Amino acid sequence: MKEKRIGVFVCHCGLNIAGTVDVEQVVEQIKDYPGVAHAEHYIYMCSDPGQELVRKAIKEKGLDGIIMSNCSPSLHQATFRKLAASEGVNPYFCEIANIREQCSWPHAGDKETATRKAVAIIKAIIEKLRRNISLTPLVVPLTKRVLVIGAGVAGMQAALDIADSGYEVVLVEQSPSIGGHTAQLSETFLTGDVIPGLVSPMMSKIASHPNISLYAYSELEDVSGYVGNFQVSIRRKATSVDESKCNYCGLCLESCPVKTASEFDRELAQRGAIYIPFLEALPQRPVIDRETCRHFGGDKCQACQEACPQNAIDFKQEDTIVEEEVGAIIVATGYELFPCTGIAEYASDPDVIDGLQFERLLSPSGPTSGEVRKPSDGKIPEQVVFLQCVGSRDPEHGVSYCSRVCCMYVAKHALLYKQAVPEGQAYVFYMDIRSDAKGYEEYVKKMVDEERVLYLRGRVSRIFRDGDKLKVWGSDTLTGKSIEIAADLVVLATAMVPNPGAKELARKLNIIVDQYGFITEAHIKLRPVETLTAGIYLAGTAQWPRDLPDTIASASGAASKILSLFSRRELLHEPTVAVVDPEVCRGCGQCVAICAFKAIELDPVKKVAWVNEAICDGCGACAVTCPSGAMQHRNWTARQFFEVIDIATAEYV
Amino acid sequence: MDLSYYPGCTLKTAAKGLEDSAIASMNALGIRLVEIERWNCCGTVYSLAEDDLAHHLAPVRNLIRVKEQGSDRVVTLCSFCYHTLKRANLLVRNDGEKRKTLNDFMEEEVDYNGEVEVLHLLEVLRDEVGWEAITEKVKVPLQGLKVAPYYGCTLLRPQDVAIDEVERPTILHQMMKSLGAEAVDFPYATECCGSFQIVGNPDFINQRAWEILSSAIRCGAEAIVLTCPLCHFNLSQRQPELVKRYSDFQGMPVFYFTQLLAIALGIDPEVCHFELSYGDPFSLLKSRKVVS
Repeated sequence: MKEKRIGVFVCHCGLNIAGTVDVEQVVEQIKDYPGVAHAEHYIYMCSDPGQELVRKAIKEKGLDGIIMSNCSPSLHQATFRKLAASEGVNPYFCEIANIREQCSWPHAGDKETATRKAVAIIKAIIEKLRRNISLTPLVVPLTKRVLVIGAGVAGMQAALDIADSGYEVVLVEQSPSIGGHTAQLSETFLTGDVIPGLVSPMMSKIASHPNISLYAYSELEDVSGYVGNFQVSIRRKATSVDESKCNYCGLCLESCPVKTASEFDRELAQRGAIYIPFLEALPQRPVIDRETCRHFGGDKCQACQEACPQNAIDFKQEDTIVEEEVGAIIVATGYELFPCTGIAEYASDPDVIDGLQFERLLSPSGPTSGEVRKPSDGKIPEQVVFLQCVGSRDPEHGVSYCSRVCCMYVAKHALLYKQAVPEGQAYVFYMDIRSDAKGYEEYVKKMVDEERVLYLRGRVSRIFRDGDKLKVWGSDTLTGKSIEIAADLVVLATAMVPNPGAKELARKLNIIVDQYGFITEAHIKLRPVETLTAGIYLAGTAQWPRDLPDTIASASGAASKILSLFSRRELLHEPTVAVVDPEVCRGCGQCVAICAFKAIELDPVKKVAWVNEAICDGCGACAVTCPSGAMQHRNWTARQFFEVIDIATAEYV
Repeated sequence: MDLSYYPGCTLKTAAKGLEDSAIASMNALGIRLVEIERWNCCGTVYSLAEDDLAHHLAPVRNLIRVKEQGSDRVVTLCSFCYHTLKRANLLVRNDGEKRKTLNDFMEEEVDYNGEVEVLHLLEVLRDEVGWEAITEKVKVPLQGLKVAPYYGCTLLRPQDVAIDEVERPTILHQMMKSLGAEAVDFPYATECCGSFQIVGNPDFINQRAWEILSSAIRCGAEAIVLTCPLCHFNLSQRQPELVKRYSDFQGMPVFYFTQLLAIALGIDPEVCHFELSYGDPFSLLKSRKVVS
């Protein structure tokens, strides 16, 4: 091992370090340590004059390794490695000895201990640096195509942003049509935009965009690879309709004898087993739902086949798998609603419905053509009770979090109800009103002041059927009185919960979900649209309950992160990762099992481990697990660790 | 099989029909209820005050009696007794500091650490005997009897002492079905009867009882079945007042669950002490030709 000429630079950090650590004493004790060719201290090493000191010492003393004794590497490691590189020193020969967070701050008031510890930390890092090898960053190729999972409003927005910038997008949607839950809504709150006018143009732009390949009625089957180089396989579920023959005449839809609850109309209307989910659906092509289809249930029925003039019905069609290569992935799998039956005190009754069902009642294309009518008997409801926080902020029955959108859409529901039934009475039971964005507070206030919606602060304890009315028992906590309302319709603003398929998808993508099943971001404040797996981003309500403006913002945020990734020609990856000595490895596979990043494989021929350096995060778990010592972390070998530990513990042995 | 049994005060007086019908029915089902010796009051109300340990002495002493007499289970019939014994037992099990204080105070007693399991008779019927086994032993099915199970509060609240689903209990429904009766669902099944408010605010209880009973009638029930002597008092013994006050109210028979069990098992109706109930439940059974 050629001895390095090491320079040690001790920073005062004003009084942050120097107030506790005797920096002169540190320099005194370090300057004659083996390998040290230079040592000095300065008030702020990160300042321009501080950096100049380092440059000067490198040149004059011919240093080929530097140790910056200052704050945490997360603050200035990049600064000083860049400096080292610019002076011709290998950046991986620049190490940080953290004597602030790990020394002066916790030992404030005990100068003697702190000084002794600072010396030990620096000596330990010297021993590590003496054994560091020269490294260069890994270069990884970059496929500039994107996979977007989920074609609700978040997925559509992200896909359009990226496609409009000239990159290809593969958009996968599990249901037969794009549009997501937003397509089910009647109109937006605040602005009163009708949804067809808002979402339909987006949908048709997606369907006709030259840069977007749309796979509707499809699911992600598998994914492998890493940032810049993902291989994904997509399962296109059999629609049982030959796309090349179908001319969208719709005769098959009328012929189907099956009647089953329509998902799009939230079970307030029926559809056939062969169906197009809704009027404006895209792609505008029928699919056969094999779960409810009589033919697939073993019956001889082939009514749709007989009705089809194009002979497009293909009962034998099978799922197909499509392979795609992409450089980045956006997860936009959206939300579902906490079930109305989730709270036993609230009756299971046709006239107790959730917010999306009420949206369908309000929607001109809905089962009642936009007239507010009771699902039970079709009569106009005269007393409507809206309940906020059903399942939200209620860990006993549902989830602890606030679903964030309900306060606003309930206000909208009350308004639209009052517009439809001016003589009717709307009641809203609420815990708090959370109207914390532009124009929101004024909007809710308008319902109370101008629309005479009766807002009652309190919870509802029970809802039950009593003749042709629903009894609602609640409390008004402002007057301290219990309340009984004989209602015709009750609308529950049930909690937004993650798409139930998100957990399984997250497992395939090797990303993390939280305790509820929402996708976890890399950092909730600083990296909100990225996941911890490089190259995988998230958008919309897959991450957390959001309203439309926040969803659009997060989708565009994820898209712009990817565009910035794509602005590079190729990707650089830290070389400080795990490396195998194939002569020593005996192929036990324990490293493969422990790797959280799926970066290690067993070579089937040589029976030794192989690390994909582009995926490896350098966490070191495999090196610790390896029973033979074949797996080592570059520049953090077992030898380096033991040297560091020897010094750190020298005082105690 | 022998099972230690804690009666409580009301079962020896106003709720004699609950005790006698239970003992006779359990005998017929092969379980002997053995009354524990030297029992005292259950404490009646479980004290929620943090430092009010004196109120827990009564239930804990009863549990010590069970332990002394060599049993690790005790069954109760009255909902209130079940409630106070069960909760005091949980307190002893879960709070080491209070357990020590209680044991130190009762220095004349053996130390108690929550060794006894507190059960309600309904749990024994469901978990040990089983509904199917009961159906097999039924001699007089209660065919055509439309009865509304009324649970009240103390069997189900709080959640950690609940013998069934808190908001949608079905245990009495299942029992009624096993006896051949029709269980009628009604929205007030888990509402409080008003409990001790009867002492200071009888008008409130009248209104409460009327709401509960008339809701059951609207749902098609011809009788109520319940477990608790206090609910029985509020819902049954107050009915003369209700008939006077509410012109549309004609009265409604109220049964203890064990009374219907005894009748269905073909036991002499004497054990039911129907003379202690208002509204002549017996004649309803006669009109259904369940008894002669």
